[in-house]
Amino acid sequence: MGKYIFNRIIGLVVLLLGITIITFSVIHIAPGRPTDLEAQFNPKVSMEARERIAHLYGLDKPLGIQYIEWLKRFARFDFGISFMDSRPVMQKILERIPITLTIELFSIILILLIGIPIGVGSAVKEGSFYDRFMTVFVFIGFAVPTFWLSLILMDFIGVRWGILPISGIKSLEFEKFGNFEKIIDMSKHLILPVLVSAFGGLAGISRYMRSSMLNVLKQDYIRTARAKGLSEKEVLYKHALKNALLPVVTILGLSVPGLIGGSVIFESIFSIPGMGRLFYESVMARDYPVIMGVLVIGAALTLLGNLLADISYAAVDPRIKLE
Amino acid sequence: MKKITDNILAVRFKRTAFLWYGISKTEIPTTENRLKSYRKAIFLFTILFLLGFTPDYGDTIVIGSIGEPRTLVPILASDSSSGTICGLIFNGLVKYDKDLNLVGDLAEKWEVSQDGLEITFYLRKEIKWHDGAPFTSKDVEFTYKSLIDPNVRTPYGGDFQMVKNLKVIDDYTLKVFYKEPFSPGLASWGMNIIPAHLLEKEDLNTTKFTRNPIGTGPYKFKLWKTGERVELVSNHDYFEGRPCIDGYIYRIIPDTATLFLELRAQAVDYTSLTPIQYRRQTETEFFKKNFQRFNFPSFGYAYMGYNLSDPKFKDVNVRRAINYAVNKDEIIKGVLLGLGRISTGPFIPESWAYNKDVLPLEYNPKKARELLREAGWQDQDGDGILEKDGMRFSFTVITNQGNDERKMALEIIQRRLREVGIEVKIKIIEWSAFVSEFIDKRRFEAVLLGWGLSLDPDMYDIWHSSKIKEGEFNFIGYSNKEVDRLLLEGRRTFNQEERRRIYHRIHEILYEDQPYLFLYVPDALPILNSRFKGIEVAPSGIGYNFIKWFVPRSEQRYTR
Repeated sequence: MGKYIFNRIIGLVVLLLGITIITFSVIHIAPGRPTDLEAQFNPKVSMEARERIAHLYGLDKPLGIQYIEWLKRFARFDFGISFMDSRPVMQKILERIPITLTIELFSIILILLIGIPIGVGSAVKEGSFYDRFMTVFVFIGFAVPTFWLSLILMDFIGVRWGILPISGIKSLEFEKFGNFEKIIDMSKHLILPVLVSAFGGLAGISRYMRSSMLNVLKQDYIRTARAKGLSEKEVLYKHALKNALLPVVTILGLSVPGLIGGSVIFESIFSIPGMGRLFYESVMARDYPVIMGVLVIGAALTLLGNLLADISYAAVDPRIKLE
Repeated sequence: MKKITDNILAVRFKRTAFLWYGISKTEIPTTENRLKSYRKAIFLFTILFLLGFTPDYGDTIVIGSIGEPRTLVPILASDSSSGTICGLIFNGLVKYDKDLNLVGDLAEKWEVSQDGLEITFYLRKEIKWHDGAPFTSKDVEFTYKSLIDPNVRTPYGGDFQMVKNLKVIDDYTLKVFYKEPFSPGLASWGMNIIPAHLLEKEDLNTTKFTRNPIGTGPYKFKLWKTGERVELVSNHDYFEGRPCIDGYIYRIIPDTATLFLELRAQAVDYTSLTPIQYRRQTETEFFKKNFQRFNFPSFGYAYMGYNLSDPKFKDVNVRRAINYAVNKDEIIKGVLLGLGRISTGPFIPESWAYNKDVLPLEYNPKKARELLREAGWQDQDGDGILEKDGMRFSFTVITNQGNDERKMALEIIQRRLREVGIEVKIKIIEWSAFVSEFIDKRRFEAVLLGWGLSLDPDMYDIWHSSKIKEGEFNFIGYSNKEVDRLLLEGRRTFNQEERRRIYHRIHEILYEDQPYLFLYVPDALPILNSRFKGIEVAPSGIGYNFIKWFVPRSEQRYTR
């Protein structure tokens, strides 16, 4: 077991190194340079000034050298300094993670709380009106463009009825609030984003749940359970659900990197200063150090997620042995 | 003691005068005038008091912006959000007044020597940095040295390369020596001055000052929450007087639709509208009651530039024919919903450099066809497209992604040119790639773009025939001996009358030569909550008297 994990980790490091080489090359080969946006086509900004700024960023060196320099820093867990505002990349990423994580976490919890019952219900009453209604409902959530739904909700709930704030994560007077008021204020700001984000994610979980449950309900041991004379409730929740949840757990594991990835459209519409917006802005500005930082952290988390999933399979399922 | 009350009255008077007559001329402080002023002031003041309309300090203005500032070190800042905020925290030595004339800011006055090689600045005394330290010529010297330091990532070194050296005479006097007379240099001293005592030992590229700036301006920095907002508070000791509005909040709302909803909910007080928002979405009773809208020409213009090394565009008559064939009024009506004006040259329409005698050519497709025929372009194979020497008159115009106005303007141009037998293809490219792969390398036939204009009319970098290297701004490859000569002359003289003549002539030649198809100057369309008073449109826009804007006490919203 220990040897297995050690080998896997060595493999992952090599894989991560490969990922960094590819991403580094791709973002540098893509047309455009960080100095283009900085200059914003201002005739007062001469070509010499642009060249000089590129030189100060080290962009005039050969790509290979630039990569090795980046790698040296990365080995010390230093992602460098952002071109855009000269702040450490790590600091820029860390200040964005909490809000994205909060929203994504709440939305996943909400998805599980609503999606699983929908899926189970649909499976149990397969083909009924309820099943068809829920299918349509979750697919509406999946298909409706986030920006449209968000704007409609903002217009009615925020502007016309004035129940909730429209955008942002805090009120302007936030600093003057007491602790309790602060919590209330932030919760109010989070309701719409979390709802919208959860609505879009219902389809995935509930459909998986439904098919997995249908599968389980056809198994022999369910028939046995029923034959034993157990109540339908016991059959469903004690025997069927437990087994049907396994694949859902796998899917949850895969969504771990998404927890800190955030979404560009969604964070832009609600003016949420999260990871999605950070990544988008840095791509548009060709802020290479930040782009690399976000991508590498994402890649590392995905790899780690996979490893953990493999290990936990072995722990959960006695049929799998790691060697 | 008496003096203090006098000043307060004078300030009050000026403000009430805005309201009452809609004038904003500064009164000349002769004794007679003063006496008159006071009488008038007391009279007006009483009436205003009766109306419950007393101008007052207080309240906060909330600005909504789609962009976030990058740095608050002004000499490094090149984006408009950073510029807006730095402009409130810092001052330059000079600034432009409401009529676009250069006046003193941190400098009380200046002198230019006869030969134009020497500018002497006399600084205002008793100005203090927000931390209480005195402002002196050392700060100016430090700012200058940083601007020319090759290790500082400033994009603004260019204007200061012409400076031979800068000499501090005493705490409040300094001389700048130029290698040759350079009149745009004067305006370049509008660059925000940064404090030497705080930054001398810092690396400007990475200093913490960028998120905690100390300036001399009307507002002091309070806080910056990344991705959310920047907050400023008024500087009670500002040398032009305490600003009436106490707080300034710059909210970052990256989505324009959200920004509009926030405005509708009155959670944002000030932002810029798009033409469609101006014409359609804010024409309601609600907006008329709660907001005031403005429109005035912005400092910029849109144009279609030809790659002049392309054989199709070498003949000036072809370019003129295109000018006849494109209906600019139609573009303004269709794209800007009428909120703009035809542009005939590269200057700010309200400035002294703009030649009002250059009139736009009328829309005349017949004339266009004639000119094209004379230039040898004829439809030989009957497909509706002109040919010459076996070459079809078909070209691709490129423009940048994310600007729908430009895309729409191009579609109108495309249709109109098709009518005179020219085929136009449109290609839209993401900005950074657009600049580095197509503009810098001059790989295009024609380009649709806009220029933002600085207030000094010097356009050497855009029109001089030497500025055609990769990444320089004469990317269309324009070359005209007379323009070259005039551009140099315009830089060498400080005499505004002479400069006016020079730039008027340049304007004429450029319209004759048509290296660009000059299209339109869009209007700036700011909208502001109606509780703010004292705003008046001038050639420079509305921001020039921001520190005099106020909210009557009864209408103040953010009170602490």
